[in-house]
Amino acid sequence: MGIIGKAKTRISDSVNALIGDDGTARIGIYGPPNAGKTTLANRIARDWTGEAMGAESQIPHETRRAHRKEDITIERDGNSVTLDIVDTPGVTTKVDYDEFTEFGMDKDDAVERSREATEGVAEAMHWLKEDIDGVIYVLDSSLDPFTQVNTMLTGIIESRDLPILIIANKVDLDDANPGRIDQAFPQHETMPLSGLEGENMDEMYSRIAAKFG
Amino acid sequence: MPEQIEKEPTEPQETVQIDVISAARMEEMTSMEKIHFILDGVREGKVVILESGLSPEEESKLIEVTMTEISPDGFSGIDIETHPRPAAKPNFINKLFGEEEKKLTVIGPANQIQTLHKDSELISALVSTK
Repeated sequence: MGIIGKAKTRISDSVNALIGDDGTARIGIYGPPNAGKTTLANRIARDWTGEAMGAESQIPHETRRAHRKEDITIERDGNSVTLDIVDTPGVTTKVDYDEFTEFGMDKDDAVERSREATEGVAEAMHWLKEDIDGVIYVLDSSLDPFTQVNTMLTGIIESRDLPILIIANKVDLDDANPGRIDQAFPQHETMPLSGLEGENMDEMYSRIAAKFG
Repeated sequence: MPEQIEKEPTEPQETVQIDVISAARMEEMTSMEKIHFILDGVREGKVVILESGLSPEEESKLIEVTMTEISPDGFSGIDIETHPRPAAKPNFINKLFGEEEKKLTVIGPANQIQTLHKDSELISALVSTK
């Protein structure tokens, strides 16, 4: 294939990627463990369908399977977008069952949770490769965003030409620093938010409608 | 006859092996061969340094395969850090046509890497022995 042909194919792939066969974009909520992905997914689902998506916890890897909520229609600023929201397990390159025993789990439960967590991360990566049309990337704004997992995941998302909105979550925390996330990802649209308190949700819905609609 | 000097017995020293892999060596391998080559080394406790790093697709596969190999009381995963090489920063043209960014990459066992720090000029790893 020539240079022009390659360019056409990549542009066409990008356009086709955002709109699924039935016209509904499938948006994955990605990020490291404990960034607040499920809290945010639950708030989105409750706001637009009245039902939550999954259990929330301070223990890492509470979400160990991807959960999909279909047909969430968000209306903002004259734009209407119908999405399937996929809440995914936190992505990491290491899982140690000791981190679960520190939360008071017995060893057998911690080992089982560790095993499920590894399967969940692999599943999240598989969804990203096969079934996701756009990404809401969630980060804890009280933590350093310059981690290799964040760099790798955003690189993988960029390499697939998927649209991405980066959320600087947990701005309700005293040591939150959403500006640091803005500096870490200058090539992407970022915005501060508290999924727990519901702060800045209207702004996020406007951006989702504009980006994924 | 010269006097024989007896050496004092020394404690056996724990060691960490560091493998630096050239870009040419990696180019000979398929993606899955690269990933298993890396993980086999890291599972043996080695720190693996890649001259040219992995593509995003290979990084994605590395995460997936790492997760399938983690086991309780055994392999707990990897720590990884990359260092982009300025000459190969992606521009509009090589992004459009899918050319890969070349980057120095350090990968080690998660249970042995105590600190893995990066700044604009340095990757620093403190590796404990098993």
